[in-house]
Amino acid sequence: MIPPAFEYYAPHSVDEAVALLRRFNGEAKVLAGGHSLIPLMKLRLAEPAALIDINRIPNLSFIQEEGTHLRIGATTRTNDLLDSELLRRSYPILPDAAQEIADPLVRNLGTVGGNVCHGDPGNDLPACMLALGAELVTVGPKGSRTLPVSDFYKDTFVTALDPTELLVEVRVPKARARQGSAYQKIEKRVGDFAIAGAAANLLLDASGRVETAGIALTGVGPTAILASAASGALVGQSPDDQHLGHAATLAGTAADPNSDLRGPAEYKRAMASVLTRRALDRALARARGGG
Amino acid sequence: MSAEAPHVKGGLGQSILRKEDARFIRGKGNYVDDIKLPGMLYLDITRSPYAHAKITAIRTEKALKVPGVLAVITGKDLAAANLAWMPTLMSDKQMVLPTDTVMYQAQEVAAVVADSRYAAADGAAAVEVDYEPLPVVTNPFKALEPGAPVIRTDRKEQSNHIWHWETGDKAGTEEAFRSAEVVVGQDLYIPRIHVSSMETCGCIAHMDSVSGRFTIYMTTQAPHAIRTVYALVTGLPEQNIRVVSPDIGGGFGGKVPVYPGYVLASVASIKTGHPVKWVEDRSENLQADSFARDYHIHAEVAARKDGTVTALKVKTLADHGYTDAAANPSKFPAGLFHIITGSYPFAKAFVEVDAAYTNKPPGGIAYRCSFRVTEAVYTIERMMDILAHRLKVDPAELRLKNFIPPDAFPYKSALGWTYDSGNYAGALKKAMEIIDYAGLRREQAEKRRRGELMGIGISSFTEIVGAGPSHTFDILGLKMFDSAEVRIHPTGKVIARFGTKSQGQGHETTYAQILAEELGIPADDIRVEEGDTDTAPYGLGTYASRSTPTAGAAASMAARKIREKAKKIAAHLLEVSPDDIEWKDYAFRVKGVPTKSKTMQDVAFAAYTNHPQGTEAGLEAVDYYDPPNMTYPFGSYICVVDIDKETGQVKVRRFVAVDDCGTIINPMIVDGQIHGGLTMGFAPALLEEIQYDENGNIHGGSFMEYLVPTAVETPHWETAKTVTPSPHHPIGAKGVGESATVGAPPAIANAVVDALQPYGVEHIDIPIHPWKVWQIIHAGAPKTG
Ligand SMILES: Cc1cc2nc3c(=O)[nH]c(=O)nc-3n(C[C@H](O)[C@H](O)[C@H](O)COP(=O)(O)OP(=O)(O)OC[C@H]3O[C@@H](n4cnc5c(N)ncnc54)[C@H](O)[C@@H]3O)c2cc1C
Repeated sequence: MIPPAFEYYAPHSVDEAVALLRRFNGEAKVLAGGHSLIPLMKLRLAEPAALIDINRIPNLSFIQEEGTHLRIGATTRTNDLLDSELLRRSYPILPDAAQEIADPLVRNLGTVGGNVCHGDPGNDLPACMLALGAELVTVGPKGSRTLPVSDFYKDTFVTALDPTELLVEVRVPKARARQGSAYQKIEKRVGDFAIAGAAANLLLDASGRVETAGIALTGVGPTAILASAASGALVGQSPDDQHLGHAATLAGTAADPNSDLRGPAEYKRAMASVLTRRALDRALARARGGG
Repeated sequence: MSAEAPHVKGGLGQSILRKEDARFIRGKGNYVDDIKLPGMLYLDITRSPYAHAKITAIRTEKALKVPGVLAVITGKDLAAANLAWMPTLMSDKQMVLPTDTVMYQAQEVAAVVADSRYAAADGAAAVEVDYEPLPVVTNPFKALEPGAPVIRTDRKEQSNHIWHWETGDKAGTEEAFRSAEVVVGQDLYIPRIHVSSMETCGCIAHMDSVSGRFTIYMTTQAPHAIRTVYALVTGLPEQNIRVVSPDIGGGFGGKVPVYPGYVLASVASIKTGHPVKWVEDRSENLQADSFARDYHIHAEVAARKDGTVTALKVKTLADHGYTDAAANPSKFPAGLFHIITGSYPFAKAFVEVDAAYTNKPPGGIAYRCSFRVTEAVYTIERMMDILAHRLKVDPAELRLKNFIPPDAFPYKSALGWTYDSGNYAGALKKAMEIIDYAGLRREQAEKRRRGELMGIGISSFTEIVGAGPSHTFDILGLKMFDSAEVRIHPTGKVIARFGTKSQGQGHETTYAQILAEELGIPADDIRVEEGDTDTAPYGLGTYASRSTPTAGAAASMAARKIREKAKKIAAHLLEVSPDDIEWKDYAFRVKGVPTKSKTMQDVAFAAYTNHPQGTEAGLEAVDYYDPPNMTYPFGSYICVVDIDKETGQVKVRRFVAVDDCGTIINPMIVDGQIHGGLTMGFAPALLEEIQYDENGNIHGGSFMEYLVPTAVETPHWETAKTVTPSPHHPIGAKGVGESATVGAPPAIANAVVDALQPYGVEHIDIPIHPWKVWQIIHAGAPKTG
């Protein structure tokens, strides 16, 4: 449980951090909350030559609406999601998920950026970001780019992020009236990764039909999964029992789980449906102005 | 306690705060890893990635080049000193380091000694080992099939079968089954689990080459036994060996065995002349330290149509990993498994157990249970529910109908145990009343009509603890007494030392309370010490809920010896004959003139300043207590669960635990033991399990996968007591450390199975994961008429 020796840097600016990442050219790792990276290093499953600690970079921790977007800084702590009045009111899926992530000790240190970048299908925020249609803003040696989170996850622990790039913020389209979102997760024990999780985001039109929908799944495939067929089936429909049920079934079809200690694949697939339905119900109630 | 009743501060039955907590809650405990000796080196271990493989080469050059690494120890080095293998308690042998073959994943392969923990870890990673994988057997049934790869080729018997043991009346039992009106049978698997105490195992070994003294600070539950074993195995003179067991962060049986790491640190210290510290990390602890359970059981109960049980038949296959290193000091290879007739008067019973080797870590420790009692209680309490289900009678009613009645004690069981005392119906009725059993059954019936799943489960267990009488127990020949050495200082304060070793049980408090009661000296004035073999009297240590039954009894006996002498001094002070003195209301009083009295404090001062002629000065006594019998704590637990039909998740809504551990020394500590024990019984029922795939890869080898319950899932425990003292213990106390761990799993399993009755299930193996429940619900209700 002791990692091999590594170098440690604590830059004070994004540029400095990127310069260091460039210098190590893939051999360095960004250290944010450390609650995924350090366990891997202790098990010697990750042996980076250097850690670039981004915790001292100012202005990377924030939650604010600006123009058309909600912006969340990369080093925003998981607990900050829980404490934010703005999120509770307009983006409740994020406090929902934060509440399900590990325990207060982990949430105090773990960051939104780390949760999104780690690429573990068990992480809860990726599915939320997929359902919300988020974008990721990164800075690398070639400058800044913005990429949709739907293009981000390639495989377990493999993302579109270049090892010399730093994620600086996550952007979510600004919440509108008649929008509701929710996250549902079941786990064997609190703090365990999900048996399955489902994220739902619904926007209703003035007539109460579904204008846009986002559905995504945690823990039931090599990455978080965007269940496009499921959300697509809801668009333009009335969010009644039949349509929501159908979407939930389609979400189960989108799941691609493995059998493991958390259960056989068929169970996890069924749970993807059950949880999608529960998340949709919750999101709908919120879109209609309920809790 | 009424205000005017005479009592001593901190005496029996008082919930005084634990003396040890002052340091624990301040983070000022002193655990092995807190101890730092000058010049101390660190040891780390290279482990096998394979469950079964030939070692074709070990290259240490790279490791020795790591800055700070001083030495690498391999099996060949140990073989040269005849230390590559060590004996187990079960007359088997265990590798310290392999010379040619590894037999489980995470087995120790080489040890690296360095001047820092970091260098040692880098060195361990740099040891290069070439393996040639061998066929792996992880299933004990397959291990016994003809043609299975033989794991222990070192043994004369070229087979994976270790031993067969049977007890009871085979012919009589068969006969009872032939004539039975009803027979129920069930396969039950109790999976491999791990104690996962908060503190992992470790030691600092120090061979002082000048004085010839060998000192080892060690996470051990039995320091004296370790000292003697070290003396016998190494040939070091026993007076030159000192074993210190400092504060211990949980033992639960996991700190009884001698692990290779202890031996390696000892060898490393002898080799380097420095103190050497070895402390395992969490994964090593989970993957390589002794496991518990792993019993494949087939049980059958014979009964009459009216529900009266008549006979019990049990056939079990025990998975021991690659060696039988069970921490079992009884004369029976399967420990006390034959307590399996439980709380019921089976006229006939027969139990047989076979043990097999597999490519898994060794062990078979009694995880918070006296040597296979958990396995026994789980089996009988599940079987009683299955019988109730088959006969369509209420499980509470079936138990009440069958219980051994209070007037039948001492009761001799069909398998040879003499139960000391009990009132089983009393405990069950109390639990039923607290939880409103009848009301719950009504609620359940209503919910069933609505299609909701709610279950009620009962466990009315009988424990057997306090090993133990020397006719039935020994550790390598050492009888299983335990000891107290009590000395009263001139000012009436006390130092008392014991052969046991608390790992969190609160001995510093409870022993002081027993002595307070016996001596009339406030518990605050009594200092209790354990764990240093240079100072403590010889004892066999703490496990199997034995400390109160043995050392607690010794405390009483030693105090009574002191009272005998003190009485003479009191008589001298009061100028009467000792025959005219009685010990009453915590003082020596002149018979008939109770106001003429001397306290123990008065006597203590006189013992050093004014002792009568013809008596020795001083006031102290030692007692070595060999218990005449085991103690048999019991209780009834009732659990209520609700099940989410869509997800299969089980929620324990209520759990009432009525325990009877005889006389209660400290109600708060007893409740603490029950709370912890219930949580440790809840864990394997719903969460914990160590599995292996067919290649012997461990699943559940870290806290990522081995799910120890947190405060969030842990139910709210409702506890209550009945008090049926043990007739043979000086203060009537029984052990209580393990009752709840033993009693809880079947209550939870029974509740879940009860909830799923609409689906016709009679059994689900623990741990009951949500997916198991979901599969049953998903398969749907059976189409019965
Ligand atoms: C006991 C325990 C239970 C847990 N349970 C859950 C759970 O239920 N659900 C869940 O979602 N998570 C869980 N986690 C993980 C936790 O939420 C982590 O904090 C999170 O996955 C990673 O965030 P971090 O800030 O700690 O990242 P780190 O561990 O510091 O980094 C993780 C990875 O992301 C990279 N990275 C981090 N920030 C950036 C950035 N700004 N730019 C580029 N790369 C970056 C790092 O280089 C590293 O590869 C658990 C962790 C623990 C220890």
